[in-house]
Amino acid sequence: MNLLPYTIYVSLAGAALALWVGARSAAGARAVALVTALVAWGLTGWAAAGFTPSADPGTLVDLAWIPQFGIRYHLAADGISLTLVVLTGLAATAGVLFSWNITERTGEFFACYLALIGGVYGVFLSADAFLFFVFYEIAIVPKYFLIARWGSTGREYGAMKLALYSFGSSALVLAGLLWVFAAGHAAGFGFAELARAAATLGQHEQFAAFALLFTGFAILAGLFPFHTWAPTGHVAAPTGASMLLAGVVMKLGAYGCLRIAMALLPAGLEFWQPVIVALAVIGIVYAGLVALVQDDLKFVIGYSSVSHMGFVLLGLAAANPTAVAGAVLQMVSHGIIAGLLFAVVGRMVYERTHTRQLERLRQLPLHRLMPFAAVIFVIAGFASMGLPGFSGFPAELTILIGVWQYSPLAALAAALGIVIAAGFTLKAVQVSFFGRADATAEVVAAEKPFEPVTWPEKTGALLLVAATLLIGLKPDLVLDWITPSLQSPLLQAIWSGGGR
Amino acid sequence: MTPGYDLLARALGPEIALVAGALWVLAADLTFGRRQSLATRLAWALGIGALAIVAAGAALLAVGPVGPVYAGNFLLDPLAVATRGGVLTLSLLTLGVAAAAKLPRHPAEYVAIILFATTGFTLMSAAHHLLIAFVALELASLSLYVLAGFDQSRRESAEAALKYFLFGGVATAFLLFGFSLIYGLTGQLDISRIAVALSLSGPSPLLVVAVVMVLVAFGFKAAAAPFHLWAPDTYEGAPTPSAALIASASKLAGFTLFLRLLWPGLGALAGEVATAGNSGGWLTGVALLSGASLLLGNLAALAQTNLRRLLAYSAIAHTGAMLLGVMAAETAGAGPLFYYVATYGVATAGAFGVIAVLERHGGCQQISDLAGLGARSPLLGACLAVFILSLAGIPPLAGFFGKFAVFAVTLQLGGLAGPAGWLTLLAIALSAVALYYYLIVLKAALVLPPPSDRAGPIRVPFAAAITLLGAAALIVIFGVFPSVVLGWF
Repeated sequence: MNLLPYTIYVSLAGAALALWVGARSAAGARAVALVTALVAWGLTGWAAAGFTPSADPGTLVDLAWIPQFGIRYHLAADGISLTLVVLTGLAATAGVLFSWNITERTGEFFACYLALIGGVYGVFLSADAFLFFVFYEIAIVPKYFLIARWGSTGREYGAMKLALYSFGSSALVLAGLLWVFAAGHAAGFGFAELARAAATLGQHEQFAAFALLFTGFAILAGLFPFHTWAPTGHVAAPTGASMLLAGVVMKLGAYGCLRIAMALLPAGLEFWQPVIVALAVIGIVYAGLVALVQDDLKFVIGYSSVSHMGFVLLGLAAANPTAVAGAVLQMVSHGIIAGLLFAVVGRMVYERTHTRQLERLRQLPLHRLMPFAAVIFVIAGFASMGLPGFSGFPAELTILIGVWQYSPLAALAAALGIVIAAGFTLKAVQVSFFGRADATAEVVAAEKPFEPVTWPEKTGALLLVAATLLIGLKPDLVLDWITPSLQSPLLQAIWSGGGR
Repeated sequence: MTPGYDLLARALGPEIALVAGALWVLAADLTFGRRQSLATRLAWALGIGALAIVAAGAALLAVGPVGPVYAGNFLLDPLAVATRGGVLTLSLLTLGVAAAAKLPRHPAEYVAIILFATTGFTLMSAAHHLLIAFVALELASLSLYVLAGFDQSRRESAEAALKYFLFGGVATAFLLFGFSLIYGLTGQLDISRIAVALSLSGPSPLLVVAVVMVLVAFGFKAAAAPFHLWAPDTYEGAPTPSAALIASASKLAGFTLFLRLLWPGLGALAGEVATAGNSGGWLTGVALLSGASLLLGNLAALAQTNLRRLLAYSAIAHTGAMLLGVMAAETAGAGPLFYYVATYGVATAGAFGVIAVLERHGGCQQISDLAGLGARSPLLGACLAVFILSLAGIPPLAGFFGKFAVFAVTLQLGGLAGPAGWLTLLAIALSAVALYYYLIVLKAALVLPPPSDRAGPIRVPFAAAITLLGAAALIVIFGVFPSVVLGWF
């Protein structure tokens, strides 16, 4: 268990090493990245194997850091953190495999990539809000460079938009944290200390501080109407980076909503709950409808990502243990499925056909040219639609059960979103892979076959498919970690709605 | 009270070392340097100058924070010692920048004047008497005017110097007028005695005039809006090392001098900014300067295409945040403010260092001149990224913690009940805006490909490489362990 902090150190050291090795050999940088991601993932697996679920957040490291402000280097992991770091390890490993074809400045690419991963691990393990914020920002900066330098369509625009939204969101978070710290005369930035300070604030101050913190984090989680960075950013990003963005970076926002905004200011949550639920439901339905009319395959996936993250926010906002457990499960599930979808579209299809336009793809007999990609895309589509047997099903079902307790209307509206998701997913699968190819296209395609799917792609795709199946068939595996953690003293206030 | 000449001599050890070093530089150049090439003369001058600064640092450490010196005319408190250490470090970095920059026509004079300016800064840090403070400020300012106009071959340099000099001269006149009013009203020149006299006499209309005069001079020295107009032109036209010194060490010494003058000296007239409403004290004036600087600096920087002008507007924006630290310095101490200004100085001096190296390789005025920097020289690209990200306030670099600490202590004044809290929120919001123009710089340097006519690798001179790496290391180390600095206060 005590090895979990090393996920951060290993990733950051790997970033430096990749930079150094990458200056000499691209293959070396790839190997360093893969080994780093695997070692970090292995550490999370090792921690998971020795994990006993409990309500008590297990402290990993706790050192005085900046005593003048009561800031501590405090890392801790409960079931929620553990679930998300295991997901991070998986997404990072798969992302490296799908970035195998990066040939331009490979070392720098993987350095940015691993630095981002290190920041993500740090966020999930932080038990001090200052430390949390530091890691949060460390995860944001490399995103900009990953997209602006190695991205595709509209990369400079997409990268800048994403960076500005991210930094706008972190400015809101910083303002909220400092406000709670200063106005509540907190002794430090530990979650428990801040929660005590927040409780001393006046009611309206709590409402306003919650609005700052929750909005800040929710921007990164893709809450409607602040979601517009996500599709453009995802589309512009190179495949590995899209997988990370959708797979884990959006989860940072959702995790911050839960761990900081909701846990510190439950009274604010109670006040804003109807608004957040409404926005989440609008996001689910609206993003689904938008996905339905996109003509760029990657935009379809981008908007589906926003729609699925709407479920996470809905589950969090319903603020009961069932819904929140579902939300965490959905974070994992979406992390896997979105990664898989972006991998197929960005790496397998786009890198070979050089188009993502549905109209153009329709004219290619892709299911015959790329049978492996077709199978994976169909599986990913089923998982994304929430078919039983895949991880999306237990996650969305748990959320809906939890939300029903809060508001049956919201649950019904969100269920409509699942139907829409089935619509755009089936359309995307059908048009892109099973389009109507005319005879000439068949001949042209037969003369110039696409390069075969490589082993890193196959390994990465199979890893992700196995993960979504595993969680779909045995969700208890993860829920058993999550559920006891929801009873931790730091999250208790959420269930009682601030009535302390 | 015995004056204590022995202690005075030891307390002024850094100044003695600096002046001796300056004279040595001049003498060495006059005697041995005549027949040498320009580059050799510069190397010698820089070497002696660096030695003098290191000796000054040793003298500083040998004395330590001993408190009042020479009947209270100087005050060597932790802030003074820290500021002296800070300006010496920043001057050393400036010498490193000079090693990288284009050769000045008179290298020894250039280095000697940098040392004289540094003497002015260290005196400003410790001055606790209006006349000494004024003389120290003038020594520093006059040296800086010369440094700004040192490149006789370029008209922009003359323009920079003239603008700086005219604005500075007017500000000095205001300051002197303010000082004379304070002296006339209190009969004292020693800052702590002024404080005592003011606490007995209470406010008067003339004192308000005096305080406004002081604030105007402060606004000029710190490049706070609306007294900022010299900054963009001076940053643009002055030789690069001069601009680095003006942006870094000069700012640090100025903030310490005026902090001492305002808080212990004129603290009785401070008023308050923790709650809404105009209390009529100078804090309201500082709050106005802060708000104006934050808005003007950040918004004007968005429109810049010239890298140096962008750095100037970013400096104005940072001044706005530093003024927040001035407001909170009474309750929170000078630690957060010092940390902010000092680390800001290191990052800015470092950024000018990168510009200086680039100037030898075809000039660096526009942001687009940075294109492909990361590919042409990974060292320069990485260092520039550290400096710019620190200016932008990205953890774990020092610029982030500086902002964090200043914002935290300002919010602690009274939450969101008054101008201090509102300005803090404004500053946080604008720091997200600032990210845009900093990212534009980094995009040019690290994302865009180099232009075809300037694609070759850049050879970074050894001294410049050491300087840049040193500055970057300082930013990272202080960013990760800020309590090293804060614990000093």
